[in-house]
Formats: sequence, C-alpha cells, structure tokens
Amino acid sequence: MPRYFTDEHEWIDVEGETATVGITDYAQEQLGDIVFVELPDVGAMVDKGGEAAVVESVKAASDVYAPITGEVTETNSSLEDEPALVNTSPEEEGWFFRLTISDTGELEGLMDDKGYKTFVDSL
Amino acid sequence: MRGLILSDDQTTDDMEDGPPATAQLPLDAWHRARGARMVPFAGYEMPIQYTGEGGGIVAEHEWTRTSAGLFDVSHMGQVLLSGEGLDEAVEAILPIDLSTLKLGRQRYSLLLDENGGVLDDLMVSRWPGNLYLVVNGATKWDDIGHLREHLPDAITLHHMDEHALLALQGPKAVDALARHATGEYALSDLTFMRFGRFEIAGHVVTIARAGYTGEDGFEISIPAEAAEEIATLLCAEPEVRPIGLGARDSLRLEAGLPLYGHDLSPEISPIEAGLIFGINKRRRSEGGFLGAERVQSEIAKGPAKTRIGLKLDGRMPAREGAKVFAGTEEIGVVTSGGFSPTLGAPIAMAYVDPAHAGEGQTIEIEVRSKRLSATVSPMPFVPHNYYRGS
Repeated sequence: MPRYFTDEHEWIDVEGETATVGITDYAQEQLGDIVFVELPDVGAMVDKGGEAAVVESVKAASDVYAPITGEVTETNSSLEDEPALVNTSPEEEGWFFRLTISDTGELEGLMDDKGYKTFVDSL
Repeated sequence: MRGLILSDDQTTDDMEDGPPATAQLPLDAWHRARGARMVPFAGYEMPIQYTGEGGGIVAEHEWTRTSAGLFDVSHMGQVLLSGEGLDEAVEAILPIDLSTLKLGRQRYSLLLDENGGVLDDLMVSRWPGNLYLVVNGATKWDDIGHLREHLPDAITLHHMDEHALLALQGPKAVDALARHATGEYALSDLTFMRFGRFEIAGHVVTIARAGYTGEDGFEISIPAEAAEEIATLLCAEPEVRPIGLGARDSLRLEAGLPLYGHDLSPEISPIEAGLIFGINKRRRSEGGFLGAERVQSEIAKGPAKTRIGLKLDGRMPAREGAKVFAGTEEIGVVTSGGFSPTLGAPIAMAYVDPAHAGEGQTIEIEVRSKRLSATVSPMPFVPHNYYRGS
C-alpha cells in the first residue's frame, strides 16, 4: 500500500479507491501536546489544498489540508476521547479521516517516504 | 498543515526605538544546549518549550504546578528610578500610593495613558533610596520613552539591561532556592510581594517572592554575566527544570492573570480589566495621575465592558479574537484562550457587556462558525498558592 506525503506534513495511504489521511511524526513533534482534533463530517466533500481538519495544541490551532479531492467516508472516532493519539501514534492509530479518491492524477507530485525524509531534513 | 511554528504575535508591537528584531538574551546558548525550541518573542529569541525528557508544554506546566520551574524572563525591562522628589513624580504618572509602600515591599501597578488606557502593567518595589520597576518585554522601550517624557529632569532613569531576570516558580521553589541564597535573613522570611538582597554563588542578587504562575515562587534579578552559572546551579537541583513560554502562558491563564498585548491594551481601562486593586485607595478619590478622569468615572458609573473567565463545554478551545454571544446578540470577544492542563478542559478570558458577566451565566463562543457553550467562571481557574507567612 503506497504512502505519500505533502509539504504541509500530511501523510496519505492509498488502498484501491480509498485514501487514509493523517499528520506526520515531524508535524506532531512541532505542534506539541494535542488536546483536540476537529474532524470533517462524514459525507463532506474536501478539495485538494482546502481545509479539512483542525488540530488544537495547548497553545495554538493549526489547519490540516486535504492532500487530494474526495468525499469523506470515515473519521477516526478514537481521537474524540484521546486526541493525544496523534502525539503517540501519528502515522498509525492517530489517523484523521478516510476519503474516496476522485482523481488519481492528484497523487502525482506528492512525495514518497524517501522524498519526505529529505524534505524534512532540509527544514 | 499550517501554523506549525509556535510563535507569538505580541512581537508586532512597535519596536522602533529598541534593538533590532530577535536579539539574543544572556541565556540564549544555555537554552539551546538544553533542547529549547526558540521562537521570536518581544524582540528576542526565547524558549517556547524544551524537547526531550520532561519537555513539552503540558509536562512543563504540570512540573511547575507540582515541583519548581525555572523561567528566563530576561526580556522584561528592569528600570531603576532615583532623584529628588521621586515619590511625588512617580505618583503623577502611576495610580500608586507610595506613602504606604515600605522598604522591601513590591506592588502591582499600571502605566496609563491620558485616556485611561493601559500602556503596561508593572511591579514597583521600594529599594533603599530608589524605586525598582519591572515592565513587560514587548513594551519596555515605549515604557521607558513614556517615563522619560513625563518624569521631571531631577529624576534619573536607569535601564538595568546589564541584568538578567529569572523566575523560579512552584511549590518546591523555596526548597531549591534556599540551598543557594544566603543573606542577612533566611529566604523563608520573605512572604508574598516582599523582596530582599541575597547572594547566590558569590553574586549579589535581588529576590522577590512573586511571579506569574499563581504558585509560590521567586523572581531573581542577577548580573547578566552570572546568568549561566546561576541557571545551571538551580537546574541541578532535583526539584527544578527549565520551563518555556508556552507553559508560562497556560499557567498564567489558569491563574487568571492578564497578559499585556492580549488581555490588556491602550483600548482597555484598568476598571474594565478588573484591576482596581492596581489603583490604590487614596488615588481613587484624589486622582492626580494620568488617565484619572476615566478611571474615576468608571469607578462611579461602572465600565462599558468587563473581563471575565470562561469555562468551555467539551474539549475544543476558543482562541483570542473569538466572538462571544448571548443568543443572537454579540456581547464581547475572547482575549486569551487555551486548554487548561490542570482542569483538562478549555478555558478563556473575554471582555463582555457587564449585563452578561454574572458568575454562572451561560454564553456562547463562535469558533470556526460553530457555537461553543461556556459558563462565566470566577478567576483564578486554579487556586493561587502564594506564601503569605505561617
């Protein structure tokens, strides 16, 4: 199952016509203690680059953008009671939402694992 | 995602008369060596939090509430005033009653403009032969300009920029500091809002029992060249860890203490801010300080808006700028908001129409076009733990 990364520090797992989205370990490290995650409604359409979720740390709110266009099919309800999952398991249990893939062409230009690592090292 | 860099917008204040943006403080390298994440704040590079074991805003916050945290607040302005007719000259500017400020005592006061707006909040201490002021970092250059403009020539103003300022805060601060501070009397003899001259590792320092966290603690004025040595000495104590600006903000919010540039500004009067204790009694009736007209009028008639504490339902915090509603009516705005680690819930400060400021009243806050329910709550949100003597 291929995993892609954005330069806004989201990751996206692609499985068939569905994609799972979360934020990277680097992002959670930068944000610090996460106290609340506002997730999109199931059934909502999100646009590539548009606001899809909000992560609240003790200090600040940060927007999470949709890496691709699609319809939200599922959100991670575990984050309602345990937003700290984003800190402890950002790239597995702390996933944010799943969506249908409208246009596989939008995946082009996203980074792979190696590309993202190089990108983070350059920051 | 965006908004990853945790900085503070307070640095947008006019810094024209000050040093270039992001100057370095005496402990800059010391913070970096301890894994601090440095951000621009008040014109300096400052630690927002530390990384590694014990680091992070929540861990640092909880450590300060249960043990002792060392804060570098060297960005703040330390100012010494002296000269003939000092008390009279200062009373013409500040709403303080200096006739009751005894040697060795410190008091909270306010720098007001002619319209009664808050230019800054500050501490005034009576040292032998002079007055020692501690003002906010982001406003210190404007404050110094304002004081120079309004003080007569007979008064000398010395900006103690050769001094660093450390705050050691928390229930175990006294234990850690007492092992190092020696003087004519014991550190434990100091009670809240008193200060004295002590020595730490052979350096002459001034220690005040005060702070900005709601906990017992101390503010320690030290020579800048001794800053690394003293910070290292204190952090070697098992009770003490270095704490960043992030936890400083969440601690002061829980303590119900306003933050200049957010909860206080030239658009806000001290009466609106609920800081009437900063207008000493004699001055309320006598006046004779800058901004007295508005202050006296608001004492008599009540202010147009008032600062309140809010506890929010749910877990979603409301941030500065969020609008406050009673039904469809917009009644005010949030000036500070965040998540309280101690309460495990979001809290905020807001300015609202006094008709809706009663404790227990339910209001709504608009966050990203959603309405969050909140209850007007007394402040502090977390009880103060000051040492007022046994």
